[in-house]
Amino acid sequence: MTTDNGKNATLLEQARGASQTGATVVVEHVDKRFGVVRALQDVSVTIRAGTIHALVGENGAGKSTLGKVMAGVHAPDSGQLIVDGRPRRYRSPRDSLADGVTIVAQEVILVPLRSVEENVFLGHPPARLGQIDRRRLREQYEELVERAGFALPPDALVAELRLADQQKVEILRGLARGARLIVMDEPTAALTRDEAEQLFGITRALRERGTTIVYVSHFLKEVLELADTITVLRDGRVIDTAPAGEETESGLVSKMIGRSLDRAFPPRRPVPADAPEVLRVRGVSAGGAIHDVSFEVRAGEVLGFAGLVGSGRSELAHAVIGAMRRTAGTIELDGQVVTPRSPADAKRLGIALLPESRKTQGLVLGRSITENVTLPHLADFSTWGAISPRRERRAVEEIAARLDVRTRSIGAPVRDLSGGNQQKVLFAKWLLRPPRVLIADEPTRGVDVGAKRAIYDLIVALAAEGMAIVLISSELEEVLSLSHRVCVMRAGRLDATLSGDEIDEERVVAAAFGSEPAGAQA
Amino acid sequence: MSTVDAAVDVAAEATPAQSRMRLAAVRDYGIVVSFVILFVVLCFASDAFLSKTNLLNILSQWSPTLIMAAAATIVFASGGFDLSIGSIFGLAGVVVALLVDDVGIPLAVAAGIGAGAACGLFNGLLMTVGRINPFIATLATMMMILGVAYLLSDGNLIAVTSTGFSDIGNGELLGVTYTVWIAAVFIIACSLLLSRTVFGRFVYAVGGNPEAAWLSGIGVNRVRMVAFILSGVSAALAGIIVASRISTGQADAGGLNLALDALTGVILGGASLAGGEGTIWRTVVGVLLLALIGNGFNLIGVDATYQRIVQGGIILAAVGLDAWVRTSPR
Repeated sequence: MTTDNGKNATLLEQARGASQTGATVVVEHVDKRFGVVRALQDVSVTIRAGTIHALVGENGAGKSTLGKVMAGVHAPDSGQLIVDGRPRRYRSPRDSLADGVTIVAQEVILVPLRSVEENVFLGHPPARLGQIDRRRLREQYEELVERAGFALPPDALVAELRLADQQKVEILRGLARGARLIVMDEPTAALTRDEAEQLFGITRALRERGTTIVYVSHFLKEVLELADTITVLRDGRVIDTAPAGEETESGLVSKMIGRSLDRAFPPRRPVPADAPEVLRVRGVSAGGAIHDVSFEVRAGEVLGFAGLVGSGRSELAHAVIGAMRRTAGTIELDGQVVTPRSPADAKRLGIALLPESRKTQGLVLGRSITENVTLPHLADFSTWGAISPRRERRAVEEIAARLDVRTRSIGAPVRDLSGGNQQKVLFAKWLLRPPRVLIADEPTRGVDVGAKRAIYDLIVALAAEGMAIVLISSELEEVLSLSHRVCVMRAGRLDATLSGDEIDEERVVAAAFGSEPAGAQA
Repeated sequence: MSTVDAAVDVAAEATPAQSRMRLAAVRDYGIVVSFVILFVVLCFASDAFLSKTNLLNILSQWSPTLIMAAAATIVFASGGFDLSIGSIFGLAGVVVALLVDDVGIPLAVAAGIGAGAACGLFNGLLMTVGRINPFIATLATMMMILGVAYLLSDGNLIAVTSTGFSDIGNGELLGVTYTVWIAAVFIIACSLLLSRTVFGRFVYAVGGNPEAAWLSGIGVNRVRMVAFILSGVSAALAGIIVASRISTGQADAGGLNLALDALTGVILGGASLAGGEGTIWRTVVGVLLLALIGNGFNLIGVDATYQRIVQGGIILAAVGLDAWVRTSPR
């Protein structure tokens, strides 16, 4: 137990000495793939000691991944990570911590039913004879708090703290372990304005004390306010690194967008002028996540929904199909007011939702393709509750062939399929009996390029057949290239609805980020 | 260079995947193989084992357990768990014994089954509307239902005088006891229900991924409740059979042991507590494996005390293998 104390003391001493000098991190030519998705491609960045270095970019640009590579959460597939001049290969966040690099993640990782001070010194509390030494624990905590420049009640249970305070606990824990570089991954995403301001203060104070901060965020205003240096990422590549003083909001936006040319989209078919309105949503609000949203979709139209992750697009989809309780607003289908109160109601009405996460919301992974595809339509394949296997098999084989689901057998569990094929199964499930309205939420997430193109073709073809389609996607290009009109959501509200020539990246991104488009200022 | 690396990678990935498939096969068919091996061993180890009388005796004796295990498989597949079947077993026996002399066999049996269904409905409500973990909910109702059964019987054995009643548990048709016929019909019905009907599909979907099932328009709570009601009915049926055998209703009629055997059989049959899996025929093999162990120990003359130790060891082996197969790195 004395060794524990000794180790602890050295950690603290390290931290004390180190607080004068933050860590320098150099990332050289790093590549990182997740399955078929290239999250980082040939990324090189230098993080100078004692600075706040921001990583910005759109959803999926790779900014979080880069932060996690630095903190040892993800190991790069190739390329080098050099910390304080020494090449490093981290296998876990524990490894990086030995060099004083730690991460405050989007999802807080604390022991909820323990006190603040216990969490801060989790894993290496001061101990004597196997018992935690309460007095020394308190002393060390006070010492640490003084050094950090902000305080929290040491006895409070972490579970009872606000998220903002839980993040502070994480920061304290990083400092207690001698952190000299802290990666903050979207730290203000769930904070109120005041809490965010407080966090900025803490971040600056940490810099004053010499700690290096890597600040991952998609809030451009706060990044400009806070950072010394800003690196812009797009599609997993570094677009630019420059001092924050030289950047402007519209300049950042135009760097973050920009078209990558490696993906082709099928041509859109114009919506016939006499196409009837199929779905009309008026003033829908739900659960504090959606406020007064209205839109309508016509037969044969693809209505795109753009916006940041967390802007309320998926919640809107859930509210429309009755999977989330609507607190206000009306829904009309073919001119008739309808009130879907559950997904079952929506299914009967012909409104289908392809949910955002095929694994947790879309498919029963352990069951076969057949079972998944016919699940919502079993009434059509049964008499008196008994399933007719032959009719079922024929229907599934037909749609699996039409959607090009590649599998050795439709009896195979969905778990064994690739992401692209799983997504096609999800489409097959909802297209087996074509709905009037199809709401596709992130239909190409985690899918390889070939399957993406197949899904684009499918969406265009379905629209051409007269289906009304709502396309929610965080890939801006998808929304821009496939939609006839684009709705942009921000913080649960519909920020803009663009059609025709108005649909361009700058307008959409500006609306999504809540800033004035560059063009509009001129 | 990179191609070589890639080739090595592929080879390195294929091997664990293949061995995992082999392990999964062991998990899927291990229970069958174990059963066959034990069966053959017993044929040689004891002359008395392989006789029509002994085998039918085993089946007859284990029929109540098989009935409960069949329904428990459906509960497992729907993502639930029902510990209270042992108490429902006793309650149904008491209810029937109290009524049968006054209202006749059909009505009394119907009342017993109805009591089981009501208990199942209550369990289902606790899990769905009450959102209580089914293990804990049915642990509680296990005690409550046992208490109710004691209340109804005043803690006494309730002797039945109507002669016809004991026929249910003791009568024979074509040389096979009614009990075995009842169990066979019930098991086949459960098996068809799970594998061939819309309800069965819903059960697997609800157990495998409740959110996806709900977004597919399935009444998740309704499916779970029906599974619990079935479970209650199965326990009542088993309890009535045993009460008839001894012409006695008794709150504490050994239902807990039978319930544990039934749940053990389900686990040995490979149904997962996580839900979305499980088939009736494998559960049946699982229960019969337990039956063979018990019978074998008797015939060979090993102290019955060791039987429980062996049973526990087999559960650990089966479940350990299962956990190992599941958590192997993907």
